Amino acid sequence: MSSAAAPSVGIRSLTKRFGDAAAVDAVSLDIRRGEFFSLLGPSGCGKTTLLRMIGGFELPTEGSISINGADMTRTPPYERPVNMVFQHYALFPHLTVEENVAFGLRYKRVPRAGEGKRVADALALVQLAGFGKRRPDQLSGGQRQRVALARALALEPQVLLLDEPLGALDQKLRKEVQVQLKHLQRSLGITFVFVTHDQEEALTMSDRIAVMHGGRVEQVDEATRVFERPATEFVANFMGASNFFAGRVREAVNGTVALTLKAGGEVRLATEGVQYRVGDDVRFVVRPEKLDLRLRDLSGHGVPSLPVTIEDRVYQGVSTVWIVRDRADERFVVYEQNEKPFEETSKFTVGGGAYVCWNARHAVVIGGGAERQ
Amino acid sequence: MRRRGRWLGAYAWLVYLFLYAPIAILVVFSFNKSTQTAVWAGGTLDWYRSLARNELILASVKNSLIVGVASTIIATVFGTLAALALGRYEFRGKGITKNLLYLPIIIPEIVIGAALVTFFGVLALHLSLWTVTLAHVVFCVSFVAIVVRARLSGFDRSLEEAALDLGARPVQTFFRVTLPLIAPGIVAGALLSFTISIDDYVVTSFVAGVGATTLPLQIYSMLKVGVTPEVNAVSTLLLLVTVVLIVIAQRLQQPPGEGVRD
Amino acid sequence: MKPDGRDTGGRAAYPLILPTWATLGIFFLLPLTILFLVSFGQRGTYGGLKPIEDFRTYVLSGKFLANYARSLHPIYLQIFWRSIWMAVATTAACLAISYPIAYYIAIVAPQRRRGLLLGLVVVPFWTSFLIRTYAWMFLLRTEGLINRVLTGTGLVAHPVELLYNNFAVLIGLVYGELPFMILPLFASLEKLDLSLLEAAEDLGAGRAAAFRRVTVPLTMPGIVAGIILVFVPSLGQFIVSDLLGGAKTILAGNLIQNQFAVARHKPFGAAVAFELTAAVLALLFAYTVYTRRKGQDVLL
Repeated sequence: MSSAAAPSVGIRSLTKRFGDAAAVDAVSLDIRRGEFFSLLGPSGCGKTTLLRMIGGFELPTEGSISINGADMTRTPPYERPVNMVFQHYALFPHLTVEENVAFGLRYKRVPRAGEGKRVADALALVQLAGFGKRRPDQLSGGQRQRVALARALALEPQVLLLDEPLGALDQKLRKEVQVQLKHLQRSLGITFVFVTHDQEEALTMSDRIAVMHGGRVEQVDEATRVFERPATEFVANFMGASNFFAGRVREAVNGTVALTLKAGGEVRLATEGVQYRVGDDVRFVVRPEKLDLRLRDLSGHGVPSLPVTIEDRVYQGVSTVWIVRDRADERFVVYEQNEKPFEETSKFTVGGGAYVCWNARHAVVIGGGAERQ
Repeated sequence: MRRRGRWLGAYAWLVYLFLYAPIAILVVFSFNKSTQTAVWAGGTLDWYRSLARNELILASVKNSLIVGVASTIIATVFGTLAALALGRYEFRGKGITKNLLYLPIIIPEIVIGAALVTFFGVLALHLSLWTVTLAHVVFCVSFVAIVVRARLSGFDRSLEEAALDLGARPVQTFFRVTLPLIAPGIVAGALLSFTISIDDYVVTSFVAGVGATTLPLQIYSMLKVGVTPEVNAVSTLLLLVTVVLIVIAQRLQQPPGEGVRD
Repeated sequence: MKPDGRDTGGRAAYPLILPTWATLGIFFLLPLTILFLVSFGQRGTYGGLKPIEDFRTYVLSGKFLANYARSLHPIYLQIFWRSIWMAVATTAACLAISYPIAYYIAIVAPQRRRGLLLGLVVVPFWTSFLIRTYAWMFLLRTEGLINRVLTGTGLVAHPVELLYNNFAVLIGLVYGELPFMILPLFASLEKLDLSLLEAAEDLGAGRAAAFRRVTVPLTMPGIVAGIILVFVPSLGQFIVSDLLGGAKTILAGNLIQNQFAVARHKPFGAAVAFELTAAVLALLFAYTVYTRRKGQDVLL
C-alpha cells in the first residue's frame, strides 16, 4: 500500500470453514478505493463466500475485514456502508420498482420528500426512468438487473458488491452490460467488487483481478498481467495459456538463462531477477496466440523454434486453431488469425511438419502461487 | 394418440360424473316439494325455511362457528410459528417434530377420539365446547404447519438478505418482506383449518359434551333418525360454504401465474 | 443463513416450536399413551376402570394382556378380516378407476385445462366426508333415486336392497377416497417424460408393452403413495360403515366406537384401537423404507 489512505476493503487472513472444509483459506487482500476489482475463479473456489463475508452475510471463522479503515468483521449487513447486487437480483415481488429502489432509503433517514428524487436519480442512472410503477414480474431479465443495481446505488454505498449479476443474461446483452457497468463505475468512482467465473468478463471490466482456487488467492494483479503473466499453473490454465514447456537450465548468465527443452532444442529467457542454478528444472508457458507456426527453423536467428508435427486444424471463423505435437509427444495449441482469404491454401498440412516459434518475451515462467499486490 | 385421447376423455367425464352426481342430486332434492325423497314434486324453499327455524340446527351452527374460529386462530398461530421454526432453523428434535406433525393426520380419527375422551376422563375434565376446540387444534395445527411450510420452502431467502443489505434490521425485514410474502400461505392454512374443523365428525363425537353439539353431530343424529329433505338442505348449505372457502384457499396458495398444484 | 445474517444456531427456534410441542405433547401424545395404558386395564362396573389390587400378579400372570387376548376371538377376527379386505378392495377399485383419469389430466388434456381439471378433483376431496356419504345413503335407499329408476323402468319388480351391506360400504369408501388416489397418481404422471415412451416405441415396444415396461415402473412412487393414502384411512373407517353398512358390516372403527359409546368397555376398545394404530404405523414405516430406498419422496 503506497498511500496513507486506508484501502476500501482490507482483508486479513480471512478464513471461512464449513465443518472441516475451508471455503476461504487465509486470504489477505487490499481492494483500493475507486477500483473495479474482480474475484475470478471456477465454481467452488470460494469467491462468492468471500464476497458474502465482505457483505456481512457470512461470519468469518478467522481473520478480519475492514472497510475504509474501520473494522467490520462482525458488523451485520444493515450497518455496513456496503451494498450488494444479488445473483438473481432479489427484487421484492410484492413491491413496485420505485418501492424496491426506495426500500433502504428510510433507514438512511432520508425525508420522504427527498426519497422521490433519490429514486428518480437512481433509475435515471441505469436508464430506467419511467419504469417506477412497474412490478418486477413485468420486467425483462436485463431490466431487473438494472433495478437491482439502482436499488443498491440509491443508498450511495462506499463499496458495491456484485455476485455474478450477468449470469442470466444472453451473450449479446451481457457484452453490452459489461461495458455499461464499466463506464458507470468509472463515472461514479465507487469501489466495485465483482465476482465472476468468466475470464473474458473479468478482463473486460476489471482494473485488478484476484484469481481464486480452492479457497485461496493464486494471483492478484492488473488484468493485463494476470492474462499475459500468469503466476501459477492454475492461473495459466484458467486464463487459457495452456502451452507448457519444460526445460533444464544449461547456463545462467547476463540476465538470461539458457534452457535445454525436454523435446530438444534450446531457448533463452530473461531471468527477471530469479536466481537459476545449472540443472534446475523450469516450466514456462506461452499463450496460444503468441505462438507462430513456421516452415523453417529460426533458432539460428535467435528465435526459439520447436519442431512439431501438425495433428489437427480447427477452423473457427476469426481464427484457426492448430493442434501440434513435439517430439516428446507434448501437445501444444496455436491460434492463428485468419488474415488471408480462405481460398488461399495454407502452407501447413495436417500430418506434416512445422516449427512453433515465439518471441522470448512472451514466455512466462511458472512458479507456485505467487501473490503480488 | 388421438384415438386414445377421445376414449380417455370420455372416461374422465364419467369419473367426474361419478364424483359430482351424488352431490348434485343431493342439492337438487333439497328443493324438492315432496318428502317422498326420490319423487320430484316441484321446487320449493320450504326446507330451507324450516331450517332457519330449527333451533337445534341453529344452535349447532353457532357451536361449530365458535369452535371453528377459536381452533383456527390457535392452530394458525401455532402452526405458522412451527413452520417458521422448521423452515429456518436447525435444532435438536427437528426430525422428530417433522414426523410428529404428520401423526395427527395419519392416525385414525377413531383412535384420536378414543384417546382424547379417555384423557379428559382421567383428568375429570367436563366435556364441552372447549374440549372440542382443543381436539380440533390438535389436528389443525398439523395442517397449517404443513401448508405454511410448503409456502415457506419456496421462499427466496436472498430477498431477506437483500433487505438486510439495504439497511433493514431482522425485525423490520420480517414485517416488510417475509410476512407479506408468506401471508397468502398463512391465510390458506387458516381457511383449511376452519374447513376441517367445521366438517369434523368422528373426533368431535367423542369429545363433545351435552350442549356442545356441532353441526356435523347434529346432521348425523338427523341421519340416524331418518332422511328428510331438511338434511339435504343443511348439507347443501354446508357444501356451499366449504367449497367457497376451499376455492379461496386454493387461489391464495398459488403464486401468481402458476397452475393448480397440491 | 438466518435472517440476521448470523449463524446463531437453533436457539431462536425453541420459542417458535414450543406451543406446538406443548399442544401435541399434552393433547396428543399423552392421551395416546394413557389410552395405551388403559388397554391393559380392566373394565369397572359402571364402564370406568377397575382399580388393580395386586399389580405384581396382574402383570406376571399375563392378565394385563386380557383385552388383547380377547381381540383374537373369532368374532373379532372376523371384523378385522372384513376391515382388511374392505380396505384392499377399496384401494384396488380406486387404483383401477383413478389411473386412467389421472393419465388423462396429466398427459392427454391440454396444458391450460389441467389446473381446472385437477381443481375439480380436489374440491370434493375437501368437502365434508359425512355429507358425501349421506349422498349415497340418499341414492341407495329403497325409496332412493336408483331404486326409483330401476323399478320405474321395469328392470326389477321390487326395490333392491342396495343399502346396509358390504357393497354399499365399498361404494361409499371408493367415493370418499377416490381423490386421495387421483392426486398422487397425477403428481407422478405429470413428471413422466413422454420422450421415454416415444423411445420405447421407437425400439419396438407396442403401446401396451410401453405402458407396462416404462409408464408403470416410472409412476410407481405415485401408485405406492396413492395406495397408502387410500388404504390407511379405509382401514380406520367409521362413518361409511356406520351409515351405509348397518349392523351387517361392522369394521374395526365401528367396533372401537361401539366399545366406547355403547358397551362402555374402554380397555377393550383401547386394545383394538392400538392394534389398528400398530397396523397403520407398520404400513407407514414400510412406506418410508420404500421411499428412502427409492431416494425420492412423492408426497410426504
